[in-house]
Amino acid sequence: MSSLLKITDLHVSVDEKPILKGVSLEIRQGEIHALMGPNGSGKSTLAYTLVGHPKYEVTSGSIEIDGVPLNDLDPCERARLGMFLAFQYPVTIPGVKVADFLRHAVTNIRNPARKEGESLIPMRDFRKELKDRMEELGMDVEFARRYLNEGFSGGEKKRMEILQLAMLQPKFAILDETDSGLDSDAVRVVSEGLRKLAGPQMGVLIITHHERLLEYNVPQFTHVILAGRIVETGDASLAHELHNHGYAAVRQRHPAEAAEEQEHQKVAPKVAAIAK
Amino acid sequence: MLTVTPSRTNAFDADAFEQFIASRREPEWVTDLRRNAFEIYRELLMTELDPEEWKRVDIRAFRPEKFSIPTLTKSVATFDTLLADRAEFAGFITHIDTVSSQPKLDEELARQGVLFGSLSEIVQTHGDILMPHLMTRAVTPDADRFAAWHAAFWTGGTVLYVPRNVQIEKPLHSLIGMATDGAADFSHTLIILEEGASATLLEETASATPTAAGLHVGAVELLLADRSNLCYVQLQNWNDKVWHFAHQAGRVEASASLQWTAGAIGAKLAHIHQEVFLDGKGAAAEVNGVTFASEKQMISYYTQQTHNAPNTRSDLLYKDVVRDHARCVWRGMIKVAIDAQKTDGYQRNDSLLLSETCRVDAIPGLEIEADDVRCTHGATCGQVDEEQLFYCMCRGLRRVEAMHLIVEGFFQRVYDRIPVEIVRETLGQAVEKKLGIS
Repeated sequence: MSSLLKITDLHVSVDEKPILKGVSLEIRQGEIHALMGPNGSGKSTLAYTLVGHPKYEVTSGSIEIDGVPLNDLDPCERARLGMFLAFQYPVTIPGVKVADFLRHAVTNIRNPARKEGESLIPMRDFRKELKDRMEELGMDVEFARRYLNEGFSGGEKKRMEILQLAMLQPKFAILDETDSGLDSDAVRVVSEGLRKLAGPQMGVLIITHHERLLEYNVPQFTHVILAGRIVETGDASLAHELHNHGYAAVRQRHPAEAAEEQEHQKVAPKVAAIAK
Repeated sequence: MLTVTPSRTNAFDADAFEQFIASRREPEWVTDLRRNAFEIYRELLMTELDPEEWKRVDIRAFRPEKFSIPTLTKSVATFDTLLADRAEFAGFITHIDTVSSQPKLDEELARQGVLFGSLSEIVQTHGDILMPHLMTRAVTPDADRFAAWHAAFWTGGTVLYVPRNVQIEKPLHSLIGMATDGAADFSHTLIILEEGASATLLEETASATPTAAGLHVGAVELLLADRSNLCYVQLQNWNDKVWHFAHQAGRVEASASLQWTAGAIGAKLAHIHQEVFLDGKGAAAEVNGVTFASEKQMISYYTQQTHNAPNTRSDLLYKDVVRDHARCVWRGMIKVAIDAQKTDGYQRNDSLLLSETCRVDAIPGLEIEADDVRCTHGATCGQVDEEQLFYCMCRGLRRVEAMHLIVEGFFQRVYDRIPVEIVRETLGQAVEKKLGIS
């Protein structure tokens, strides 16, 4: 049976400011969902909340995987249950080699009961697997020896996120503007990479402003978020329409949220930026 | 059943000193050196320690009378050594409670004139070689009270002498151990490289038990003649009941190169006065420090890079991680003499604080008399970044494991500078062990 990520009436505040105001969403393994919305509408907030960033406070509502509530779990426990976020701004971890980092991560994800100090997956198997995945993603295997994201270009960092996705094979992957800030070649590489990885075992939530990622990974569902609420859900054609015509029509159809959005922007121009 | 309590000399007063001298039966020049040093020690005891070096190091709780030099009976003790058995060594020696083992040295090297053994032995057998160097050029008794104390009471330690143009490929290993509660160790490390010689000595200090209190008043002298190359590592890994005071100096002649790595994991309180002198044109020194202090440990360094000749280079990188209630102090200084034009001097200290209650003082400094030099210094100090921890946790690492990974990454930059693989591995594992991972 495929797993279900169920988000019910989620309210989230940052520094006591409400950002999400009742988001409900169900994602099954094997489905691709797109989440679109103007800046400040709460897209990144939803992403960070799902993986458990401590700055995002769930004031009500629930997040569950197959009925197991995630609200009180820390990011590590959520990751071990199959959640994954490809970061919009991946951090640098100086002195920690990509291979060492991933070997720890992969071991923990595959053996969720593991405690620190218990053995890591065998080096030989791990190296081979890592090399194979890197080659599939067109990455120079030398990257494995570099320090995580240190001195990486924007495109290299995003590719590193996709490599981690490939190695960890999560049940649910959230891609937070993985295509932003990249040139069109890099977007193609990332998009193709995701297409290879997303399959019946992975539920994907793609947060994007652009259409390119969605051309390669056609969503069954497109959700539009405005002022912290999902105001519309459609299929791939909705994403297409938003891309071509922007959010003016959405705002017209949802005047209450549009007004709230305007009000909100006066107070806090970019709350989502806190996580950066 | 018979219980033997080791008898000891009583502290370090004049009577004890005379007894000590009598027990040593050393050549006259050595005894003269000791007597001279003892006089200086008595004077310096009455003099205030240099506040610039000592004002951040509180030694009021230090009670020298609690420690004494064990009498020369062979201790039987085992040590968790970090380095031994890890590689093939060209030679090794151990000093336990001041008693030295029979040194082992590759026969071919011995034939080439390499001397490797205990200072107590070699002052007897090759005094002529040691006399010009022993506590005359690098560490002198008048440096401060600890240097004088050491010069009066040194108990042994490792000597390595490498003749002209002899290259020792494999590293040598030296272990300084303390086993008896209340033991005082006054080990002296003396390395003399003649012109064009090269060697690597890996030295470690260790306690036989976690509870035996100890005192180390040590000295390290590294003397590099023209075009010689030395890699020297000292890994201080005492238990946390040991007071560690050391005066350590390297003198580097023309076109010679010193790579010096200091690891500090252990000790209750450690204060190391470490100096490199770039004495000859084109001399170079790289100094690496890896320090990890926890609980109530206090680890302090006073480092000097002194450029006395033109076209010399020094590069110091110290990294410290501090946890619990521990403290680290680093006071660094680059001195450039008026003739030392085209000096390239660098010093940097990075600290990572793992608790709210630990403390780091890092004070770099420059004193430059020449006018055509490049000298850079810097110090950073910070806590583990929460966003880094969050990122690691999102990849399935628990918070503590993530913290440990970040700490190891923090030290990696120093490891990257160390060419000897077993040293990198050993330091890494010592850190892991202290982190409680392995």
